[in-house]
Amino acid sequence: MKQPVGHYAYESRDREFLQERIAEFEDQVKRRLSGALSEEEFKPLRLMNGIYLQVHAYMLRVAIPYGILDSRQLRKLAHVARRYDRGYGHFTTRQNIQFNWISLEDAPAILRDLAEADMHAIQTSGNCIRNITSDEYAGAARDELMDPRVHAEILRQWSTLHPEFTFLPRKFKIAISGSPEDRVAARFHDIGLLARPSENGPLFRVFVGGGLGRTPVVGQELFDSVPEAELLATLEATLRVYNAYGRRDNLYRARIKILVQTIGIEPFREAVKAELAKMDLSHYRLTPERVAAIRARFAAPELHAVDDADAVLAQHQKEDPAFARWMQSNTHPHFDEGYSIATVSLKTPGDIPGDVTAEQMDGLADIAERFAFSELRVTHLQNIVLGHVRKDQLYALWQGLKELNLAAPNIGLAGDIVSCPGLDYCTLANARSLPLARKLGARFGDARLQEEIGALSINISGCINACGHHHAGHIGILGVDKRGSEFYQILLGGQAGDRASIGAILGPALSEDDAVAAIARMIDHYLAHRNEQESFLEMVTRLGKAPFKEVAYETV
Amino acid sequence: MKLFNLSQQHIIPAEEADPVSLAELKEHPEAAYAVALEPDESAEALRPFLAQITLVVLHFPIFRDGRAFTQARSLREYEDYKGEIRVTGHVLPDQAAFLRRCGVDTVVLPDDDDQTEWEAQLKRFTITYQQSIAS
Ligand code: SF4
Repeated sequence: MKQPVGHYAYESRDREFLQERIAEFEDQVKRRLSGALSEEEFKPLRLMNGIYLQVHAYMLRVAIPYGILDSRQLRKLAHVARRYDRGYGHFTTRQNIQFNWISLEDAPAILRDLAEADMHAIQTSGNCIRNITSDEYAGAARDELMDPRVHAEILRQWSTLHPEFTFLPRKFKIAISGSPEDRVAARFHDIGLLARPSENGPLFRVFVGGGLGRTPVVGQELFDSVPEAELLATLEATLRVYNAYGRRDNLYRARIKILVQTIGIEPFREAVKAELAKMDLSHYRLTPERVAAIRARFAAPELHAVDDADAVLAQHQKEDPAFARWMQSNTHPHFDEGYSIATVSLKTPGDIPGDVTAEQMDGLADIAERFAFSELRVTHLQNIVLGHVRKDQLYALWQGLKELNLAAPNIGLAGDIVSCPGLDYCTLANARSLPLARKLGARFGDARLQEEIGALSINISGCINACGHHHAGHIGILGVDKRGSEFYQILLGGQAGDRASIGAILGPALSEDDAVAAIARMIDHYLAHRNEQESFLEMVTRLGKAPFKEVAYETV
Repeated sequence: MKLFNLSQQHIIPAEEADPVSLAELKEHPEAAYAVALEPDESAEALRPFLAQITLVVLHFPIFRDGRAFTQARSLREYEDYKGEIRVTGHVLPDQAAFLRRCGVDTVVLPDDDDQTEWEAQLKRFTITYQQSIAS
């Protein structure tokens, strides 16, 4: 088999490991069914293998390390959707995929099928180091400083069944990007890493203690420039401090952000340095040889741009305005002039954000094979990116997407809504989030309207656990329970990235229809009163929330 | 109460061990050779006494509380402690390899506990992705 583009190619030891892990899980299921394990004991064990008990059934969350899939793997996911679920899967904000309707007895068989394509569900849940997320434009974007995926793979391996860090106080999420734009929301992770090259090899800026959830916190800088050699030592040291001192008496106070907040970033940094001082760093050194060995298992795409690609593309855009609109919103500059990065929107107006049918998965796998070196990237905004598409082939690509009903031209626009599964699936939910997402998606479904509104992010969570990242949306929506009925709180002005900030609550919670109407009025207000070229978020920053609050509650 | 031996090192028989608390050790260091650390006590606190200590007992209030992993690894790595490390409390056979890899030698089990799960679990993984105190 040829090596996959964009992700690590398994070797035999990695496959053996997966088989050992599956055998372990199969044994755990047996012990649960025989009663040798209590449900209380089994729960953390199944969670560490991605299995949740939801409202109606078990859910399996499959890991997509640093968000990268190849066509063969996506076809395997389609097979799982068909054979064990109801014919679809749901891509999450953590670059994973969830199957919502599986049975526990099938789980070992599903894991075996996944392992055939070098996939697993390890550490997609539980109080351990979770799947490492990365930049969806990695290795392709023009503005990128370095491709973070080799280091993401090194972190994946390092964190896999780590003997010391598998029973942490709480879950632990790490994201890594090599772009100055911070496309991974590094400041909203337990640890966020921003990689950059230097004369003496890669350097890592390390943020710690960020996160959304009940207590949204913007992460703080722990170290500015950790050399590659000390990357693993630094992470070990940080996790050691957290494992020893993180709170365990209160589920809601157990994340590392609370520890950092409680003792302060300076003492926390001193504690990490004290660990590092006690460690024999040579023992933990990430050597250039090791990095090179991992890198050698990543294939790079062989780019062959054609001379007249730009002219061909311009002609296609001229002939087909719908395609031109899609180009405008759904593509991003590639480092090679002859190529583009294309984003496939999983936000077809009126559909559930992030849901994909088995047929669409197979179709996308074919399209990636034809146009994008068989490589697909799942984004933290629940879309799919094709990293390297020849400009003259974009039109054919778009036509293929149209046939799959996946050609919505709304990336970064009002229709590109991020939503958690909410009360339809999740046992923790206060309110449904999917119907609201569908209504808003339909309300702003018109492509021309979205183009006119411009950059806008809407994020919906069904409860304060914030899986839909509602604090980080320009408009955030939070489901709350008001005397037994579902209500929605609106937040304004959040954003991820470089200038990460947390949205402010606008006012009292509204019913579903009132919330949709209030948001529509705020957007109308923006359209009527914006300065030239001013985005929604810029206007909110300029004027504050007061005028928006006024229009939002106008009729209530 | 019986002991499951993870590391195949020489161990102190269960009935012989009579560990004192850290506070007791500090007060009466004479003659103490076994000490029990609470999860919130650091391995470093034992440093002045380690020359005389041959058994450190760590405690799991519940199997999900993984502080003992860090305590054990610290004892081995930072304090260069060579004596026995034993764990008590609520532990699962599913944790056997993690315990051993962090430097734990023995697990205290109820008398009626079936050790076959522990045996199986120790042999389960031939492949690991990190270096550790023990393989
Ligand atoms: S935000 Fe709440 S409702 Fe939504 S998925 Fe997370 S826990 Fe469930």
